[in-house]
Amino acid sequence: MGNDILVLAEHQAGSISDITFELLGKAKDLASASGGRAVVALFGSAGLASELGAADLVLTVDDPALEHYTAEAYEKTLAHVVDEQQPRLVLLGTTTAGLDLAASLSQTWSAPLVSYVVGLEHEGEALVATAQIYGGKLMAEVALEGEHAIAAVTAGSFSGEAGRGVGSPATESVSAPADLGAGLRTTFVEMIVPEAGDVDITAAEMLVAVGRGIGSEGDVELVQELADAMGAPLAASRPITDLGWLPKSRQVGKSGVKVKPRAYLMFGISGAPEHLEGMRDAELIIACNTDAQAPIFDTAQYGTTVDLFDLLPELTEKLGG
Amino acid sequence: MRIVVPIKQVPDLVEELELSSDGTDVDREFLKFVVNEFDDHALEEALLVKEAGDAEVVVVGFDEPDIDQALYTAIAKGADRAVKLTGAGDGPIDGHARAAMLAGWLAGQDADLVLTGVQAADDLDGQLVPLLAARMGLPHASVVVSVDAKEGVARVRQEFSGGASADLEIKLPAVIGVQAARQAPRYASITRIRQVMQTGGIEEAAATSPSGGSSLTVRRLYPPEQTDHAEMLEGSPAEVADRIIELVRAKGLLTN
Repeated sequence: MGNDILVLAEHQAGSISDITFELLGKAKDLASASGGRAVVALFGSAGLASELGAADLVLTVDDPALEHYTAEAYEKTLAHVVDEQQPRLVLLGTTTAGLDLAASLSQTWSAPLVSYVVGLEHEGEALVATAQIYGGKLMAEVALEGEHAIAAVTAGSFSGEAGRGVGSPATESVSAPADLGAGLRTTFVEMIVPEAGDVDITAAEMLVAVGRGIGSEGDVELVQELADAMGAPLAASRPITDLGWLPKSRQVGKSGVKVKPRAYLMFGISGAPEHLEGMRDAELIIACNTDAQAPIFDTAQYGTTVDLFDLLPELTEKLGG
Repeated sequence: MRIVVPIKQVPDLVEELELSSDGTDVDREFLKFVVNEFDDHALEEALLVKEAGDAEVVVVGFDEPDIDQALYTAIAKGADRAVKLTGAGDGPIDGHARAAMLAGWLAGQDADLVLTGVQAADDLDGQLVPLLAARMGLPHASVVVSVDAKEGVARVRQEFSGGASADLEIKLPAVIGVQAARQAPRYASITRIRQVMQTGGIEEAAATSPSGGSSLTVRRLYPPEQTDHAEMLEGSPAEVADRIIELVRAKGLLTN
């Protein structure tokens, strides 16, 4: 038991989320090196175990309280499963569920947690995690000594290939914590799925994306003019849609959409991991940011530190806008 | 209803982050600090709840760089009270210790709702919301984009990837991690902040000593290795614009 790696499965709209395969792939890798098993905890949807063929064991917990995700019901169930299994390491994503549950498990299980993990390796008895903090500007190398630990992993850090496997994994049904339904203070009301956006930015061949560097709402127009001249839709990073400068349907990244255009032109986006998650697979990435140290220049193929207020009008004019 | 908004000072990421001499922390002495942007959204959401009904908003921060300015700004924006927790030392306070000390202070506050930022740029050992809630035995939800609180219950909207979200009803007291307020955080004018500073109004309370930190050992911090650095386009704006158009056209785009 002591060498097992436990992955908390996430599922949305009846299928297992990509992050779970990424975590499972890493769990298999770590478990095979340490003689443990890659175990997946799957709550509220035992039928999805068949998608988890790569796991050594799938632990399913079903209870009416787990029909819809709530932090409270999941937290109690996860604590219960972890308490029984005592794995070496618990892996979650830096997703909504991960942001809800990783630190509360750290508190209740008294195990150290590393957030924003992008790398995870054995080093003798210790596990060494690499985390990306300060908006991607610094990496932290952290040793996870001791018997137990938790890692919350940034999506896209590990390949999902190794975590996908066909066939029926060994499954074991675990009973829910005895008092689960009683006394829950969180009630799921309804799921809200966004209506189709004004523009489907996932379908575009070219995208022009704007970020915080634009500075003011009035200046978004400058980027819109370029987008119009190119015949490309305008996309945005989170700060811009949070401020209401562009509709949510234009948001690329972790809580927005994933895009894979043939060309992605970025203005004033520093390249936080949350944004990279949504666009790193674009074929051609060109970034404009006055900060030469901005992390986006590690992802983009081409970059410039020319001020966007100088560059945008030039581009628009040359393209006949 | 009493809403407590814990805020945290974090290094301004616009500036270059210098490392301390042992390489395990940022060099706090010369860095510019600003309020964690998510905490700013949490304050905005708290003020919106206050305006929609009847609530007292109490902002609380540790004695971190430029915290006075942040607390005065919060009052200028409409917070009713601002509290500075002192005596927690000069170094960084990790998430576990922060949660422990805040829980100690909150025990005497009779708060109905704790609203704070969903995460911070440096919360390596975990986010405050679940740490605090687990310690206090309270329900919690993170990545929340709207809060409607009244009569012992809060209705919150929690966001998931791909743009889906869920509405939840949570019995109070509860701890909520705000991703974004319903509207952009309001602005307090310098004049208004100066007025507030002249009248004072920051209360001080002694932080309880933390029981147990994160037990993480940070071996080193380092800038990301630049293995695949972008090819930088040099020249005048017009020259750079020409190169960009050329690159896009080489993909068979922008051909007409």
